[in-house]
Amino acid sequence: MKTKATAFPYTIWMVIFIVVPLLLVAYFAFTAQVPVEGGLAGETRTVFTIDNISQVGKFAPVLTRSITLAAIATVICLIICYPIAYIISRGGGVYQRTLLMLVMLPMWMNFLLRTYAWMTLLEKNGLINRFFGLFGLGPFEMINTGGAVVLGMVYNYMPFMILPLYSIMTKIEVTTIEAARDLGADGLHVFLRVILPLSIPGVKTGITMVFVPAVSTFIISRMLGGGGYLLIGDLIDLQFLGNAYNPNLGAAISIVLMVLILLCMSIFNQFGDEEEMEGTLL
Amino acid sequence: MRKRWLSIALAALICLSFPAMAWAEEEDGGELELYTDEAYYTRFAGQGISINVYNWGEYISDGSDDTLNVNRAFQDLTGIRVYYSTYATNEELYSKLRSGNANYDVIIPSDYMIGRMINESMLLPLDKDNIPNLQYMDETFLNPIYDPGDVYSVPYTWGYVGVIYNKTLIYDEEELGSWDILWNEKYLGNILMFSNSRDAFAIAQSRNGYSLNTTDPDELRDCLEDLKAQKSLVQAYVMDEIFDKMLGGEAALAPYYAGDALTMMDDNEDLGFFIPEEGTNIFADAMCIPKGSREKEAAEMYINFMLEPEVGAANIEYIGYGTPNAEAKELLDEEITGNPVAYPSEEELANTEAFAALPQNTSLLLDELWTELLSNDEQYNRILVPMIMLAAILLSIGINVQRHLRKNKRNYFS
Amino acid sequence: MTGVTKMKWYAKTYIGFIMAFLYLPILVLIVYSFNESKSRSYFTGFTLNWYKQLFTNDLIINSLMNTLVVALISSVVATIIGTAAAIGIMNMNKWLRAAVMNFTYLPIINPEIITGVSMMLLFGAFQTLFAWLGENTGVNIPFQFGYVTLVLAHITFNIPYVILNVMPKLRQMDKSIYEAALDLGCNEWQAFTKVVVPDIMPGITAGFLTSITMSLDDFIISYFVSGPTSQTLPITIFSMTRRKVSPEINALSTIIFVVVLAVLILVNINDARKEKLLRKKAGGGSRA
Repeated sequence: MKTKATAFPYTIWMVIFIVVPLLLVAYFAFTAQVPVEGGLAGETRTVFTIDNISQVGKFAPVLTRSITLAAIATVICLIICYPIAYIISRGGGVYQRTLLMLVMLPMWMNFLLRTYAWMTLLEKNGLINRFFGLFGLGPFEMINTGGAVVLGMVYNYMPFMILPLYSIMTKIEVTTIEAARDLGADGLHVFLRVILPLSIPGVKTGITMVFVPAVSTFIISRMLGGGGYLLIGDLIDLQFLGNAYNPNLGAAISIVLMVLILLCMSIFNQFGDEEEMEGTLL
Repeated sequence: MRKRWLSIALAALICLSFPAMAWAEEEDGGELELYTDEAYYTRFAGQGISINVYNWGEYISDGSDDTLNVNRAFQDLTGIRVYYSTYATNEELYSKLRSGNANYDVIIPSDYMIGRMINESMLLPLDKDNIPNLQYMDETFLNPIYDPGDVYSVPYTWGYVGVIYNKTLIYDEEELGSWDILWNEKYLGNILMFSNSRDAFAIAQSRNGYSLNTTDPDELRDCLEDLKAQKSLVQAYVMDEIFDKMLGGEAALAPYYAGDALTMMDDNEDLGFFIPEEGTNIFADAMCIPKGSREKEAAEMYINFMLEPEVGAANIEYIGYGTPNAEAKELLDEEITGNPVAYPSEEELANTEAFAALPQNTSLLLDELWTELLSNDEQYNRILVPMIMLAAILLSIGINVQRHLRKNKRNYFS
Repeated sequence: MTGVTKMKWYAKTYIGFIMAFLYLPILVLIVYSFNESKSRSYFTGFTLNWYKQLFTNDLIINSLMNTLVVALISSVVATIIGTAAAIGIMNMNKWLRAAVMNFTYLPIINPEIITGVSMMLLFGAFQTLFAWLGENTGVNIPFQFGYVTLVLAHITFNIPYVILNVMPKLRQMDKSIYEAALDLGCNEWQAFTKVVVPDIMPGITAGFLTSITMSLDDFIISYFVSGPTSQTLPITIFSMTRRKVSPEINALSTIIFVVVLAVLILVNINDARKEKLLRKKAGGGSRA
């Protein structure tokens, strides 16, 4: 019980399966395959280069698009989920449990299927347009737009926002709020001065947990954006298992994405903040 | 401990899937007439051999709607287990093989990709003694340019690219017949486009009168500009998704392979098909064994099985492409062999060109241009980004100020 | 929590809207699992046919089995390694602990696609390495993308969840109980299994279940590391969403949904009953 040795297998494991792979990504990002002069066709050798990284600059529109869409989705998620989390946390007993259960239940369906169901709903001849058609409205262009991609992100990552918000809000004692009221604060002030500041850690965790998967998603954009809204994730997939095989470039984009996310993390001062993470994971 | 139900759910799922396995056993065998004797097929039975087959989506008769389930029939006959998975484009197949992500035993790439794979020595030469059913092939499909002497490949299907359209969504029948209709602004948001570089560029190349195998970077750049101009009209870049979208009436126009067009037209009467006058691509897909295959002989047996005239006929009936298998063609209905979409006249195909394997730097350039096309976005809102950035900065400042204030307050109290 | 405030009407409306948003797509899936035609745009008639066909669909059933097997194996291994690691990490000094924990967070914080890609590169390197070994030393280790890579990857992304669930329990644990057990004549192993393990069991269970959940639902990482023989359900669904999702999949999701819902309701009722009992006891105590 007093020994550190039990962490030994884990440390070895992490080195092999986390550290080495990331080093490999870095290795790929900084090397390129060039054809051997006078060699057989397809024969290549590896050279060191920073070409891949500088090439990523070409994809600036993709990067900004990913960040923009993910940021919009995160903000919408926050706005939608904050009240839900609050309502659930203030409800008691059976109410609270039932609502929480209802919010988490959709997570149990495969996210690809749920996104596919959204396709059925949003299409030109989809269910929503047919519904509006009954009243002589539409058809609206919904699928294959940036809005559809954002919707997909909001829908899929909403629980990641609700959970941390909920768990931080249940920690706010009713007595604290009552005390504020007794001291003369009105509803708005109670919210601004008590509830909001106390829930900030949850907000931060929620933002990270929505933004990170949203900015790196690569299926939602393909399904709901029609392939025209290429995101960073799609770009990476395209280079590794997609239509434009170039793992070196793919690795370079991955590195850029990682740096970008670390930057976002540092903004929110989240990295390594263990106390806050623990309570919020499923 | 509100998570205990998770394990219960899991247990329930497991329990549920066991009777399912038992249920899956019962299945009709449907007698096949084999042209190669059964001893050939049964020599590996009971050895626990399995092969990995990697094929295009919707490219084999799979047993749905009372068709022949080819993979299961092969499994039942030979005792060799088939792991079947699918890809959407030649380039995807290439990536998957190059990344070493999988050891496949049978793959079915198109002509130009076979050429490229041969160049990069990614394929194994076939042992023709193990594929006796080669004798039923139509001579005209043997010894193709991409694989002289049929060393590495056995043709599976052939086809060509045309345009599928939805009659109810076309404004003017006169416009049909040319690639130009895919650049017609009337069809804004109503056009589907190939989601792979070679096929997409081929359309621009035919339209501009360039060779489909051009290695001239300037010509390719021209084509890229064309495709960029078209992008704002395109609803989505798709491959297999096209079935769903065209059948559901989601789009008016889509260039695609004739065989699949035929399948779609069977399911939706509103769909039509034309071969553009500027010319188009004619292709062949062929079965190959990639390097890294562990069961080469079993893979050759699978290829031989696919060449069985009855199996070939079942596949062709299901997927709608042209067959290079003369004996299988004999077995097909008049309805199919007489169909002008599946088997167009020689004049209609006079203006077609086959893909050749491109030199490596042209392939790389094409990949690069393709990525550029997809990442470029003309309609992109440029004000939004600075605003978001500003919002993010303000938010982070706000949080930091708030944190600072709180710290000060805490210090004040203590 | 004492204040069981009644929900205001606007709160109720809001919750109603959110629930509609959350369940609309799921409703679509369920309704179309009973659709007679394969089309997903029109409902032509009621049928249970897809449920019957689901069980004869080799592809779906095989992937379901693969998914379950991979999830089970990987979560068991991850739980063992993770629990041991958590105990070890607790005994480290501050700096070492911070360093190790940062690496623990890495797979959670890192975008899944990067974890997936990096593992794909690693296994690719393994392949090259083993092939080289086979050629040069005669030691032949068959290594290819498949079950093994899938399980290794799943274990890797599961361990952190186990650690994060076990650590707080260890921190809460009263160390003196363990020491007391030693004083009372237990050897270290006995003290560990009889005192420590029961105390942190809720954390271990939670970690195990989180792992299973993560494994069952993982698509992105599996997409990069699975081979042709080990397609999991999410991967099969992915290849289907690119063509036509066969209604059998809708049927399967409906079954999963109903099972999960039923279990949830049962557990909820059970919890509510327990809570009531507890409250009654507490209430009786205070009155007396």
